[in-house]
Amino acid sequence: MKRVQFEHSAIPYLFIAPQIIIISIFFLWPSAQAIYQSFLLEDAFGLSSQFVWFKNYTDTIFSNAWLQAAGFTLIFSSLVTFLSLALALLLAVKANEVIHGASTYKTLLMWAYAIAPPVAGLMGNLMFNPIIGDLYNFMNLFGFDFDHKLDPVDAGFVVVLISVWKQVSINFIFFLAGLQGIPKSVQEAAKMDCNSSTRRFWTITFPLLAPTTFFLMVINITYAFFETFGIIDTTTQGAPGGATNTLVYKVYQDGFRGADIGGSSAQSVVLMILVLALTVIQFRYIEKKVHY
Amino acid sequence: MAQVELKQVRKTYPNGAEAIFGVDMHIDSGELIVFVGPSGCGKSTLLRMVAGLESVTSGEILIGDKVINNVSPSERDVAMVFQNYALYPHMSVRGNMSYGLKNRKMPADEIERRITDAARMLKIDQFLDRQPNQLSGGQRQRVAMGRAIVRNPQVFLFDEPLSNLDAKLRVQMRIEIKKLQRRMNVTSIYVTHDQTEAMTLADRLAVINEGRVEQMGVPMELYANPRTLFVASFIGAPQINLIPVRFDGTSLTNGTLKLAGFSDLPTGVDLMLGIRPDVLSIAPEGQLELNVDLVEQHGGENLIYGALLGTKNAAGDAQEICLKGPQSLLPATDDKLRLAFDPAAAFVFRTDTGERLK
Amino acid sequence: MERPSYSTHLILIIGALFMTLPVWVAFATSTHAPETILREGLQFWPGPHLLETYNEVLFVEGGVMKQVTGMTMLKNSMILGIGFALGKVVISMLAAYAIVYFRFRLGVPLFWVIFTTLLLPLEVRIIPSYEVVANMGLLDTHTGLIVPLIASATGTFFFRQFFKSVPDELLEAARLDGATAWGFFQDILVPLSRTMIAAILIIMFVVGWNQYLWPLIMTTKEENYTLVIGIKQIYQVLNEGGELPQFQKAFALTILATLPPVLVVLIFQRWFVKGLVESEK
Repeated sequence: MKRVQFEHSAIPYLFIAPQIIIISIFFLWPSAQAIYQSFLLEDAFGLSSQFVWFKNYTDTIFSNAWLQAAGFTLIFSSLVTFLSLALALLLAVKANEVIHGASTYKTLLMWAYAIAPPVAGLMGNLMFNPIIGDLYNFMNLFGFDFDHKLDPVDAGFVVVLISVWKQVSINFIFFLAGLQGIPKSVQEAAKMDCNSSTRRFWTITFPLLAPTTFFLMVINITYAFFETFGIIDTTTQGAPGGATNTLVYKVYQDGFRGADIGGSSAQSVVLMILVLALTVIQFRYIEKKVHY
Repeated sequence: MAQVELKQVRKTYPNGAEAIFGVDMHIDSGELIVFVGPSGCGKSTLLRMVAGLESVTSGEILIGDKVINNVSPSERDVAMVFQNYALYPHMSVRGNMSYGLKNRKMPADEIERRITDAARMLKIDQFLDRQPNQLSGGQRQRVAMGRAIVRNPQVFLFDEPLSNLDAKLRVQMRIEIKKLQRRMNVTSIYVTHDQTEAMTLADRLAVINEGRVEQMGVPMELYANPRTLFVASFIGAPQINLIPVRFDGTSLTNGTLKLAGFSDLPTGVDLMLGIRPDVLSIAPEGQLELNVDLVEQHGGENLIYGALLGTKNAAGDAQEICLKGPQSLLPATDDKLRLAFDPAAAFVFRTDTGERLK
Repeated sequence: MERPSYSTHLILIIGALFMTLPVWVAFATSTHAPETILREGLQFWPGPHLLETYNEVLFVEGGVMKQVTGMTMLKNSMILGIGFALGKVVISMLAAYAIVYFRFRLGVPLFWVIFTTLLLPLEVRIIPSYEVVANMGLLDTHTGLIVPLIASATGTFFFRQFFKSVPDELLEAARLDGATAWGFFQDILVPLSRTMIAAILIIMFVVGWNQYLWPLIMTTKEENYTLVIGIKQIYQVLNEGGELPQFQKAFALTILATLPPVLVVLIFQRWFVKGLVESEK
């Protein structure tokens, strides 16, 4: 907050009104609806509905399909977060070391940020196309018997690979900025105290990057949860047999394809609670713990 | 030109923190008053209350004969020079100087005339079309002054305007501000934490400590006749020597040190003897014996630092003091010097209240 | 600094290839005839059919109903990207100004209302959101496509952060200079935010252009498709139809969908990175 502020009665409301109005109509109201619908059971034709308390929750959440999706989401998010962060950090550290060609590397490594997840998904899909896809053939060259249309692990591999590919660039941008934000004097002091560059990285650089890393972890988990929708929808669509369904993709499938409004809403509400938890953690830690 | 009057001005923040405890002050028309004190003492708050940037909790502030407590800052007819200059970074020098006048709907030719005059006076006429980031620190400082001058206000307010400049430039700008203020004869309030700046600039000085005016007067009066321990220690460079003592009815004592020549002081309370470094002189029969630690050669004079033998301060060490001597005085480390002073030129304060007893 | 070793460059080169090769291959393959692709698979070197493929993709109607050209989708994507970016900047700047520079009774509660939008990603309220827009008769309109997307808090937080970093003294100086609330916004704050506004516009253009789920459920007519959702539909057609699969067209469309945001990011790289990194703080 500013030390000195304007004190007006009407003007601030005028300034803030457009956003609040849009939020009320397109955010708050639908979210309230989602919560309300999660307690309703509609008949097959959507003509009448009845209030069923937590039946939708118990029905969906204890179903095998939901548990399978939850399990996949967990593994998927962890893999995507860890791999894309690790890869980006490695590249950022290396890019921070070079002098010649630094800006070329930087551009080549960050530009994929601009590619939409579904476009990345489609591109990957074409690469893994059994008719023309060289990656498909490449995998089978080594006798993997690779088939992402039939094998759940292979399908998961494809989705993770594309998701990581798409996410490396944004992580790279932030890590590089974080590295460049470490004062030169600190790095020079470390150089005089410690001769091993590996050790220097893990004892000085990495801890100083902690705020960036933590911020990116939250960003990446959110990405793996929600934004990978476009990748899954353009590659496996949850196949085979729901093995690559994330929780979010299942909300969409049950609601739009399966027309199970109540069940889908109940899943939405569970997801809202998850996001809430993530946000609370983010604010708790980012604002307090990992700051220097 | 107008006089400024503060009547029982208080400031309490909404969270209950008290910043200013009832300040009374009269500033004559055309006078340059300096508020000086350590950081956090409330001097800036007081200035910002005059500017209208902080509300007044109780009491009255008058400019001319008008109470301005509830007048908005832009209508108080004051102009302010900020510590970080607060130049609008996206506007040229001319834009910065004209913005306030345009908001007042002043005719363009009048604005132009004032900018030309002020720019010539401040020697920034060749920079008028530059952006602030193309200027040096000193030039930005001049622009900030120019922005205040074109307003032709009743009162100038300066909030530590020189503290972002390097030492040499600071001295130079200090002299210019003083000349300018004399020439324009505008009532001015100037806030600083630098006592040298305060001493050299001020017509009158207000020493502020913990939200109160400790003492107000012309600079030499505060130097020669401080009313409190705080004022004595804040004004004067090098700082006044303070020696913790007690009065035994005839003399001031500390350890084996006994200083005669004092009377009418309370016994049994902690006292502080204040001796300015230039009051001390070398004398073979002097009452004080100094063990030399360090000599600082300042060119025209030397400062000799050392421990006063036989004394103990609160930490249990011999009391450190400083002596101002001629450039020929160059003792080696651990040399012993005998010093004398005129008790009439020394001050005695009560340690607990800071009140001056003599 | 010591000379970086060859392994450093090797790692960076592998990384750069990993990030660029797929897109290059997609482009190269798109310039070949469908028969070649079917026979030989993906192509590394550009082929002779560049103009032919892109001409067909941009100007000949395709899709399930054969009602949409690449040009139309390009136009729709442009409208979404630009409309989203502009709307977002205007709305969030105004709201952030109110939050940072005014003390008003509902300031804090309203801030939290804006904050909650972070907790409500579109994906978790997709069906009721669709219903609201459908009930308002906004399906297949630009309004219905853009407005619900622009209200989220990200832009507001960004500008709030930036405004807080503007020195307090500027407002104080402006108040002494007699600036009104609107005057300060217009004369000082907006010009001061120019770089930031540019950065946000770039980021938001990319974000808007890349929207997928919302346009997917919002548009029912093919002529309203954006590139990002259009290519998927077209790809499915290509794959399912009995004729020769037109892989070159699918690749060409992915390149078309990628090119504008990538160009924007490359051209304005400096601003874009600055804006992105600032938003972290």
